[in-house]
Amino acid sequence: MTETKPLSLQVPEPSSRPGDKPDFSYIDLSAAGTTRRPEVDCAANSMRDLAFELVKVLDKNGDAVGPWAMDLDDAMLLKGLRAMEKTRAFDERMQMAQRQGKTSIYVQCRGEEAIACGQRLALKKGDMCFPTYRQQGLLIAQDFPIVDMICQIYSNAKDKLGGRSLPFFYSEREHGFFSISGNLGTQFMQAVGWAMASAIKGDTRIASGWIGDGASAEGDFHAALVFASVYKPPVVLNVVNNQWAISSFQGIAGGQAANFACRGHGFNIPSLRVDGNDFMAVYAASSWAIERARRNLGPTLIEWVTYRAAAHSTSDDPTKYRPKDELEAWPMGDPIERLKNHMIHKGIWDEERHTALKQELKDEVRAAAKEAESYGTLGKGPVPGIGEMFEHVYKEMPPHLLKQRKQAGV
Amino acid sequence: MARMNMIQAIRDALDIKLADDDNVVVFGEDVGYFGGVFRATQGLQEKYGKSRVFDAPISELGIIGAAVGMGAYGLRPVPEIQFADYILPAYDQIASEAARLRYRSSGEFSSPITVRAPCGGGIYGGQTHSQSPEALFTHVAGLKTVIPSNPYDAKGLLIASIEDDDPVIFLEPKRLYNGPFDGRHDGPATPWSEHDSGEVPEGHYTVPLGKATITRQGEAVTVLTYGTMVHVVAAAVQETGIDAEVIDLRTLVPLDEEAIETSVKKTGRCVIVHEATKTSGFGGELIAVVQELCFHYLEAPIERITGWDTPYPHAQEWDYFPHPDRVVKALQKVMEP
Repeated sequence: MTETKPLSLQVPEPSSRPGDKPDFSYIDLSAAGTTRRPEVDCAANSMRDLAFELVKVLDKNGDAVGPWAMDLDDAMLLKGLRAMEKTRAFDERMQMAQRQGKTSIYVQCRGEEAIACGQRLALKKGDMCFPTYRQQGLLIAQDFPIVDMICQIYSNAKDKLGGRSLPFFYSEREHGFFSISGNLGTQFMQAVGWAMASAIKGDTRIASGWIGDGASAEGDFHAALVFASVYKPPVVLNVVNNQWAISSFQGIAGGQAANFACRGHGFNIPSLRVDGNDFMAVYAASSWAIERARRNLGPTLIEWVTYRAAAHSTSDDPTKYRPKDELEAWPMGDPIERLKNHMIHKGIWDEERHTALKQELKDEVRAAAKEAESYGTLGKGPVPGIGEMFEHVYKEMPPHLLKQRKQAGV
Repeated sequence: MARMNMIQAIRDALDIKLADDDNVVVFGEDVGYFGGVFRATQGLQEKYGKSRVFDAPISELGIIGAAVGMGAYGLRPVPEIQFADYILPAYDQIASEAARLRYRSSGEFSSPITVRAPCGGGIYGGQTHSQSPEALFTHVAGLKTVIPSNPYDAKGLLIASIEDDDPVIFLEPKRLYNGPFDGRHDGPATPWSEHDSGEVPEGHYTVPLGKATITRQGEAVTVLTYGTMVHVVAAAVQETGIDAEVIDLRTLVPLDEEAIETSVKKTGRCVIVHEATKTSGFGGELIAVVQELCFHYLEAPIERITGWDTPYPHAQEWDYFPHPDRVVKALQKVMEP
């Protein structure tokens, strides 16, 4: 008879904690250019290896190599570089503005700029993104007026959302940016629904859903994969694996047991694992998935491997749960540096021009922030009036809200 | 005019909206080929095609999440939740998403969705096929909650709900699908084909949301009720001979406070009847509204008859279900001088 020992619960632990030497040996890294590029209409079950490889185009020398290296023209590369640097400059300014009391909270996307910027540049006008709060690059990459974004962040008199929403919870329908929710994961299922609607109507527009590694544990993620596999709507399903959900490492969302890309296999959804810090890889993998969607070939799941280089938000202090020097040990580098090096290597860019670009963007963001500030800030006002609180609950204000609005003194 | 039961009236409303608006889509568990477990969508897939009327995976979260996405696109989805008891996995998508999308986007996106769900007991459905969860939705800003009590209203309210630009929770008292009854499960029930409210006009018409209806005019006491209980109350009133005014609220949010105020000020007495559990039930809200609007007109404490604060039992169904005798007692008590 076998002796039965007491059971014990397994709780995953990250590879390193504060004070430890950072250790990213758990991340499978393919060399640039080594991962094959299947045809977009290939059978999902013929490309299962792609969920375990890493689509990576830019190598250590700054060369774009392998089958995923698209021939992007210089203008597109500069667009990408500019969008990423502008996003970072924007984040830095807003981080500071929060510390100065101009808003209540801010969330940076530092280190992840390539993913949103790269995919947005591969999408077409009319396509609809269902982002999380860390995809500000989707707006900035299409030259959305940043002063409007800052007015929303400051909840000032020109905040289009009337002060009703948290900072950075933008809603920009005309720019293919769905209203952000703070309930994590909900938008992932909605993206599938939007794409189903597009297919029902015989449209040509596609949807792009976004979720983080942490929120992929939500039922919405799994429901989205079920619906996506059943109805095969035109949707790109993006999982941004930045290793951390506030203080929970990706293993708490199940990432240690199996990576996020291979979640698609149970649904026979073509799934890619991609270097999210490689603008060229982001653009190429997004284009591949977008083409599949556009040609009615159905959904694609993409895990973007990246690293959340900043705190979760201005309310978070990551030194409490991860090594201070983890970022320096991150093996996939900085997305901006990598594209910049590629462009320099290609002979279309240099440090001098880059320094000038950074200064130009910093000035542009500063000017926009100053302009937004002239319309007010959350800290000093003016903020939208009490009356705004009662607007847009329903299309037409019902009697009980009219009464309550009066009671509130409006 | 045609004679219809409530299921036929609901199907007719869906048929009319599918025909006159290409943006209307109907989906849910078993609603496609089969036509729904209660047959509310029977024949609609054949008539309108699989991209307009289709089966959905058993994922209420997914069904409503898809509907919210479709609504954001510009469709007018009418998802079915097979039983209201199953709606809770979709609660986040309803309460945090559908209800707030307009608010958080300043109207740039909205959720013009109508969530149909059979509710209430009386069919031996036990804990998981009998509940009345309306208060879970009336408590959420941004939602409208509708509960019809007869075929005429069901059709008109459903068309109005589908045409409404805000999310509507449309709860269908399943005990009334085939015919009204007086709450006495062991007695004969009149089928809708022999009932006045089974007369349903053909074609398009609406019953406006937010408007109650008086099902019996009276002077002595106001009874506020909705859904299946409208018929239970009618039986009780008849038995007592008390000249009660019975108000079928039809829409809980927005609530027709004007109708309530007018009636209670006239009668000075009020009884509230619903099937859902008592504590934090919608009856509590009604009591608050009545005392806010009519306190100085009240001549007796308000009486409230509801389901007990237990899960919905199986074998004891008819002891749980508010019996006409309980309503009779409440009416007599509120009439005591």
